[in-house]
Amino acid sequence: MLRAEAVSFAYGAGTAFSLTDATVAITPGSLTGLLGPNGCGKTTLLKLLCGVLRPQSGRVMLGERPLASMARRELARHVAVVPQETHPAFEYSVMEMVLMGRHPHLGSFQLEGPADFEIARQSLEATGTAPLADRNYMTLSGGEKQRVVIASALAQATELLLLDEPTASLDLGYQLEVATLLARLNHERKVTMVLATHDLNLAASLCDRLVVMRGGRVLAQGTTRDVLTGAMVRQLYDVDADVQFHQRAGHLTVVPVSRIPGPVSYHTAPPS
Amino acid sequence: MSISTVRPGHSTERRGPLWSAASAPIQARLVAIITCYGALAIAPCLLAPLVGSTHISLARAFDRSIPFADNVDAQIFFVARMPRVLTGAVVGSTLAAAGVVMQALLRNPLATPFTLGVSAGAALGAILVITFSTVVSVGALSPVPLASLAGALLASAIVYALATRPGRTMSTMVLLLAGVTLNSFFSALILFVQYMADFTQTYRTVRWLMGDLDVGGFGTIVASLPLVFVSFAIFAVLPRSLNLLSVGADTASTRGVDVGRTQPLAFLSASLATSAAVSLAGPIGFVGIVVPHLVRLMVGVDHRLVLPASALFGAAFLVGCDLVARTVLAPVEVPVGVVTAMLGGPFFLWLLVRRS
Repeated sequence: MLRAEAVSFAYGAGTAFSLTDATVAITPGSLTGLLGPNGCGKTTLLKLLCGVLRPQSGRVMLGERPLASMARRELARHVAVVPQETHPAFEYSVMEMVLMGRHPHLGSFQLEGPADFEIARQSLEATGTAPLADRNYMTLSGGEKQRVVIASALAQATELLLLDEPTASLDLGYQLEVATLLARLNHERKVTMVLATHDLNLAASLCDRLVVMRGGRVLAQGTTRDVLTGAMVRQLYDVDADVQFHQRAGHLTVVPVSRIPGPVSYHTAPPS
Repeated sequence: MSISTVRPGHSTERRGPLWSAASAPIQARLVAIITCYGALAIAPCLLAPLVGSTHISLARAFDRSIPFADNVDAQIFFVARMPRVLTGAVVGSTLAAAGVVMQALLRNPLATPFTLGVSAGAALGAILVITFSTVVSVGALSPVPLASLAGALLASAIVYALATRPGRTMSTMVLLLAGVTLNSFFSALILFVQYMADFTQTYRTVRWLMGDLDVGGFGTIVASLPLVFVSFAIFAVLPRSLNLLSVGADTASTRGVDVGRTQPLAFLSASLATSAAVSLAGPIGFVGIVVPHLVRLMVGVDHRLVLPASALFGAAFLVGCDLVARTVLAPVEVPVGVVTAMLGGPFFLWLLVRRS
């Protein structure tokens, strides 16, 4: 449903490409993890997939339509994004934050009606944040804020949800809360998700497909079981790790053992 | 695993404003706010022309049986006070609305309409004409407001050119840095021109910098209206996008805001509005920060409510301040910029303390 076809992107004229010749296919209903070390191009790829950035070469297709041919408002009716952190400049209430997700569905001078409020209320309930509706967003805990931002993205009523390290700044308890929520939304609401993360165990527990990147290139993509191997972790992070199926957890787990000695540069593709 | 809904230690108390988004639909709040703040704006505009160091009779001012040349009450009402009150309403409304837009655009609640160098550009234009020009009038208008308008627009154009790159969205960080730097540069030029000026010119310069609503007739107000109308027409389409821009440019973009179009529109409309206001009455400070913050305390932070409420409350605020300026030391008049600064300075400090 969403495809990047040989896309390349550089942040400034004359600078090196942050992403080179990346081809990625997101299938409907999947929960795809984007893995790779710092600076490998995960966030750049996410921004290209949601149309915030335009590729210098290649194209991103939503179904049969190039993203470049779609207006921002139309695109936002199909793809929503949850950033790592959200810091509004003013003290919006939780309900106001969630209602902002209705923006692409409203005309220029249109105000939210009962149907929009109902969708916002359902989004709050789906994320367990309904009792916070009147609270000031700024006063919430990290986990609550992230769930509210996910509720706002849900209120956008899109079939695709892109998440950029949504649990990066959360403690273990909140990480589990958000992970459980995402799994439930993917399973129950059939929302297709792309999740960029550094947390290999989170990806292993949530994602049915993985795309792994290094040095701005896609190294591999496929099912989690096929892609997440000790050899791949070594190739990605220069780390020796045990990757095993955990019976109680019901998914693969990654235990890092040691760093492989030698100079490390994540900004280049690993030696073949 | 179940998902907890409320973290320990966090109550679900209601927040500050009178109405919340969850409890009352936006339509009802918008109607109520425009009605209340509209009445608040109209009341001082009707009252202020009647009040001053000289008592006038409203019946006599409107008495058509007395020739205008002999009707002192009518002359005071229509020539001295009414243009001044209307100028206060237009300038107060414009600066307050421009302040709201600038604060959302720069994602900085402490930004003002003058943060990006518009007032310094206007001041330089005005002071150059006061010091060096021998032209007495341009058509029916004084050259000073025209020069200050040109200076303000020039400053806006420079800042805009510095903050935009082809194919990229506007950098609010560069916008802020360019504005602050331009403010300093123009201030240095103003000091240099003042150094070259004689005492009379320096006095006129200082007087202009204090801000003054006494425009001496309706001509200048009418001349400024096209710019004001264009600005407010753009303001009308911005509020929901401003909500999202104040959350972050990337978030706004992924929620459907065309950031590459909306940011320049917000900057240009706020700059045009500020240019019109400063060319009318000089750089009257603090209106653009005091009014939006007072309004947010009362109606919340949704720009669909804050922008119209600030525009209406700004009119009431500046007309009220001018009433104080005209009457507190009557028959001597205090420049209105002094009154707004005396109110605004402590308020600004209170805001800083409250935020920290």
